[in-house]
Amino acid sequence: MNNNYNYAFLDEGSKREIRRSVLKAVAIPGYQVPFGSRELPIGRGWGTGGLQLTLSLIGPDDILKVIDQGSDESVNAVNIKKFVGLCTDIKTTKNTREATIIQTRHRIPEVPLRSNQILIFQVPIPEPLRVVEPREEITKKMHAEKDYSPIWLQLYESLVKYKKVTIPTEYPCMVEGRYVMNPSPIPKFDNPKLNKADCLYLFGAGREKKIYAIPPYTEVISLAFDDVPFERESFAGKICCLCGSKNTYLDEMFDAQTGEKFYQCSDTSYCQEVRQNVSK
Amino acid sequence: MAYVAVSGGEEAIEESIKLLDYYKSGTVKDIEIEAIENKLSLLVDRVMSEAGLYSKTYAALALKQCEGSIEEAVFLLRAYRSTLVRNYYTNTVNTDDMRVVRRISAAFKDIVGGQILGASYDYTHRLINFDIDKQDPKELQKEVEEKLASQKLEEILPCPRVSSELKKEGLIDSFPQNDESPHDVTVNMLEFPAGRSARLQTLSRADTGFISGLAYSSLRGFGQVHPTVGELRQGYVELYVSHPLNEDESIYIGEIMITEVECFNTTDDKDQLKLAVGYGAVFGRNETKAIAMSVIDRELENGGPYPSQNEEFVLTHGDSLEMNGFISHLKLPHYVTFQSKLDSVRKTREGNQ
Repeated sequence: MNNNYNYAFLDEGSKREIRRSVLKAVAIPGYQVPFGSRELPIGRGWGTGGLQLTLSLIGPDDILKVIDQGSDESVNAVNIKKFVGLCTDIKTTKNTREATIIQTRHRIPEVPLRSNQILIFQVPIPEPLRVVEPREEITKKMHAEKDYSPIWLQLYESLVKYKKVTIPTEYPCMVEGRYVMNPSPIPKFDNPKLNKADCLYLFGAGREKKIYAIPPYTEVISLAFDDVPFERESFAGKICCLCGSKNTYLDEMFDAQTGEKFYQCSDTSYCQEVRQNVSK
Repeated sequence: MAYVAVSGGEEAIEESIKLLDYYKSGTVKDIEIEAIENKLSLLVDRVMSEAGLYSKTYAALALKQCEGSIEEAVFLLRAYRSTLVRNYYTNTVNTDDMRVVRRISAAFKDIVGGQILGASYDYTHRLINFDIDKQDPKELQKEVEEKLASQKLEEILPCPRVSSELKKEGLIDSFPQNDESPHDVTVNMLEFPAGRSARLQTLSRADTGFISGLAYSSLRGFGQVHPTVGELRQGYVELYVSHPLNEDESIYIGEIMITEVECFNTTDDKDQLKLAVGYGAVFGRNETKAIAMSVIDRELENGGPYPSQNEEFVLTHGDSLEMNGFISHLKLPHYVTFQSKLDSVRKTREGNQ
């Protein structure tokens, strides 16, 4: 811990301000609360929204886990963990079950989270309507008026053109029947984990200066038509080459020598846990 | 399986950071902070302006730390700002009282208070001076000091603005003093439509290249501003904060160098014409940026179909930290999202082959 800086880097006033925005976000599930995003020593676009949430919430008793692409050892995760370690003395972990706060980029862990855990998402583009309307001034009004027709139209046009809804990640969800929300670039595979979960989900967008939340047991439904159900990425017939899991999100890889294609769990901590249980 | 997924990332990252020293190790010579502050002062000014933090020493330190990269230096200063408690706002500065070191007008040959050329590269030939390396810094300092000592000190009186004459004549609209507290964009999210105070702050901190390019696009025809620089002034302004216990008193906390521009543009006034002012003010000696800012200020006031006239477009895309942060994030792994894109692409092709 570097004592030249305040505990958790930001000054106490800024942290309190961010916590107030979090409270508002929890009170209005799926609504994007604007906040005075502070600049951090981590690049804007590299998880500063999530990091500001982590820094403003973290206390001496917390155990932090940071993942990027499901992995504890990816560049972004390592960088962020190292920074939090520099300005706090909290314990970090790779074990999903042990963590009290988990900051993530692009994944929700495979292990279901409990009510005493918080999952903090790093969000590049908080606005789900940005794909159909570039102007913030207009999208704000669309949310206020619950005018979500352009996003439904986008789904429909994709169906007409490709016979599939082709939105890959950042698949829009309806939160408690009120706000359409961008779940951050998690794969569709993870979207169902947002619905009626035990834990608190917090979303932070640093560059775009927005915070939003899904409190526990909130209804979160991925947008879909009655006759065309929501469809996740499929890994039918594929298994993780390390742990043998058939029901996880997989990374596609190529053997450097032979060029042969194989698959591995994207959630590295889960993969390890499965392997340990097998060897016991 | 011959290949096991990458792990040990932490170690590789540590080594990558260490390797940065390699690029600084090509010489045994060092560059001192004092030298950066005084010999690369325009670079220091640009960094302070984009960072929104006025400290030559810290800007120089930041530049030294990151091999002179403007975006990295701005980044360091901005991150440092976040750790500082903000106790006071300075009182409003009236730039009429500026201690002017340079002041020009492209609109009038003779202006009240006179044109003061000051120091500018504008009047030089841009020929590389191959002898600059042989310049003796001690000699240079002595020479300049002697020259200054031999001159008679003249009192600089505050200069009235060029625009105030035109306001008297009614060619430029006069507005009542607006004493609303400004919307501080460093602690509040920018909302649209943005107030003028938020707009000017954002433009003043914007990336120099970004707003210069935008202003250029407007001059070339993707916009409607063809301004005349009514007045460009550069100099020192004094900063005061209110006394915490006695509001009638204020405390002098120092002075900063700024560049300020008012550009004049013809605009409709019902069935006749008038002049409208665009305003620019930036930290340090940074004339192109200040002029560009005044052009963009005017364009945003005009509105219209071009990028330079679109407030949200201009104000959300010009911050050095934000643009460079988001562009550089593309270098982060996107394995999960790309896998999902692959899935979508493949599914649309199933059955078509």
